Amino acid sequence: MASWTLFGLARGKATTSWPGAGAKDGQEGVLGMPRYDAEACREGCQECAAVCPTGAIQTRESELALDYGRCVVCQLCTEACPTGAMTPSNDWAFGVWDRQDLNLSDPGTRRDRPIGPESAFRRSLHIRHVDAGSCNGCESELQALNNPFYNLHRLGIFFTPSPRFADLLLVTGVVTNVMYEPLQAAYEAMPEPRWVMAVGTCAVSGGIAGGNYVCRTGLEGVLPVDVYLPGCPPNPAAIMAALLMFLDRAPQRVKGGRIDG
Amino acid sequence: MMGARAKQLSPADLRPRAKALRDAGGRLQFAYAWSPDGAAPEVRYVSAIPRQHEFEMWIVPGHRELPSLTPALPLIGWYEREMMDLYGVTFVGHPEPYPLVLHARGRSDIKGNGLNGLTNGRPRLPDIDAADVQHLPFGPIRADVLESAEFTFLYVGEHIIHYHPRLFFKHRGMEKSFEGADAQRGAVIAERVSAVGSVAHALAYCEAVERAAGCEAPPRAKALRMLLAELERLYNHLHYLGHLCHTTTLKVGEAQGKLLEETAKQLNARLTGSRFLRGVLTPGGLRRDLNPGKWLGDALESLREDYVVYAAKLELSESHLDRLITTGLLPEKVAFDQGATGPVERASGLDRDLRRDHPYAGYSDLPLTVTVLKEGDAYARERVRMAEIEASFILCQRILLLLEPGPARVECRPAPSTEGLGWAEGPRGSLFYAVHFGADGRLARVKIKSPSFSNWRAFPFTVHDSNMMDYAINEASFGLTVAGCDR
Repeated sequence: MASWTLFGLARGKATTSWPGAGAKDGQEGVLGMPRYDAEACREGCQECAAVCPTGAIQTRESELALDYGRCVVCQLCTEACPTGAMTPSNDWAFGVWDRQDLNLSDPGTRRDRPIGPESAFRRSLHIRHVDAGSCNGCESELQALNNPFYNLHRLGIFFTPSPRFADLLLVTGVVTNVMYEPLQAAYEAMPEPRWVMAVGTCAVSGGIAGGNYVCRTGLEGVLPVDVYLPGCPPNPAAIMAALLMFLDRAPQRVKGGRIDG
Repeated sequence: MMGARAKQLSPADLRPRAKALRDAGGRLQFAYAWSPDGAAPEVRYVSAIPRQHEFEMWIVPGHRELPSLTPALPLIGWYEREMMDLYGVTFVGHPEPYPLVLHARGRSDIKGNGLNGLTNGRPRLPDIDAADVQHLPFGPIRADVLESAEFTFLYVGEHIIHYHPRLFFKHRGMEKSFEGADAQRGAVIAERVSAVGSVAHALAYCEAVERAAGCEAPPRAKALRMLLAELERLYNHLHYLGHLCHTTTLKVGEAQGKLLEETAKQLNARLTGSRFLRGVLTPGGLRRDLNPGKWLGDALESLREDYVVYAAKLELSESHLDRLITTGLLPEKVAFDQGATGPVERASGLDRDLRRDHPYAGYSDLPLTVTVLKEGDAYARERVRMAEIEASFILCQRILLLLEPGPARVECRPAPSTEGLGWAEGPRGSLFYAVHFGADGRLARVKIKSPSFSNWRAFPFTVHDSNMMDYAINEASFGLTVAGCDR
């Protein structure tokens, strides 16, 4: 085993210090939510809404209504758009407190941090993850958080086996009817105060399969959600950013569906 | 059906056909039902015949009761149970005629809505009435960040007497999600069936649609599809090694394996915009051309050099090897009969790989090596994957070297009421898509045969009569996903 220890030491540090200044987040080239430029949009054109597989884009009274909480980042709208109003972007840090902030709308005056953990919790967070019916994409990225590159432990954030030790229930997947009861049981087993984070578009709104013969539409009407993070799947840096936002150690970047807007 | 030689059979033909297939060394690949125009379901069986490129498809239309083929061909057992659950077909003589995917409480026809109260099949456990035998149900929410599934162990001390995995907690009705979609949207759905198999799913789907439409992706698209498929194999197998080290508690080995996986995923994103290589494939070719450039070849070579050092160290780590050698033995006959696929079957002496035996995309033009080992233990499963990593690096470089400019997409519009079969050898094994277009030109039925559906059926045979300490290692050595199996 000594040889592995030496090997590890000789490889040096692999961990990024992101979100520290100047450090790499590891997401070079990752496409996020499409951006919408109303100026470039042609009235009466519904190409983007027609190709959207989850109804994230709707036309209402000749205007487009975009719900990033339903977006599965498939980019079909950016390809269908004939005028360049819908463009690909690298906007993936989409964690928000208020579901309304995922709708493209007036940023308004919503509270930033309604009911987050007290300062005593902010340096150490214990998370119980529940897969309520995912494609394994969110799990793959959650597992990546503990690889040497992201090394989530350095931020004082840990996954815990038992919901009884957990502060935060992190739910992925569409919530199948069969997973409904185990999910409720995990939530009930958590001590108060407790919080819930919906990770991935399926957990936020149902995604592709939501509402069919075996699925609910994510956590809607299932559990009270404190933080929403759409994405398909959200990349590890997006999950980290949302967790730090929850701990009041990073700002919410999305307001009214616009990043840093 | 395009992609398979179809034969209409009557129910009475089925058992003699099954026996003849078995005697000829052929193997059923999957079976499914569908209801054209809402009529009584039509059941289809797809099989591979030795030394024949084309698959064979038996079509049995319009029966609600068929003889079960499971007694002769055990691997078909779960497919028949799935059809009983979802299409209300009864298979007479089935040895385990219990719900698997859904238990509809008195209803087996799922065409309607409002099915609250559905549950997945409850485990049927052997009746063991002995005070010493412990009963451990574990899951569906398990420790660590894992997919949901419930495992029941009957054990004495360390010794597992019987093991039963209860799956389909995550059955999302993905096949149903395709219905009504157009061909292009279908590719987006296929990519979301099992994230770590996004390319394999999209590739099998796209080829099925292309066969239905009678079109072919241009050479550049084919080459880039293979590049993505091999990149998918790379990051999956690297993850596998890191996770296997996790179960043998080789900590630095785990960290290094997962770091290599992360490096591969970051390359994926740089190339395609997606860490899971999504959003590129579409029926007819690629949604946009990719320009790998010199950087990708260089980055892959650098990753390969790191991998070679890592793999050599694993092969010298006795504590790691001690836990793998003779663990989770899957004999060749069990692997064949129960339908094991991919690296799992190749580690049990079965020399099968769709890329070589039924070439698709452009694999017939590539120098493909298929590694087969006899031992059937966790160590053999690790070594097969190691050999596949090396082969994938070579294939990627070869594809990059031979990549020629040209169009990356052709028009692909399947005519109404057409159908096609597509397949791919994913990182976990054989994957099939059967697609049917309706009279409106939209998808009417899509059947997905995923590799994990096959391997989950074979896996318990390696757990019965083994010991608790080896369980996690054995499970990791199979490299199973739940999402792919449950769909």
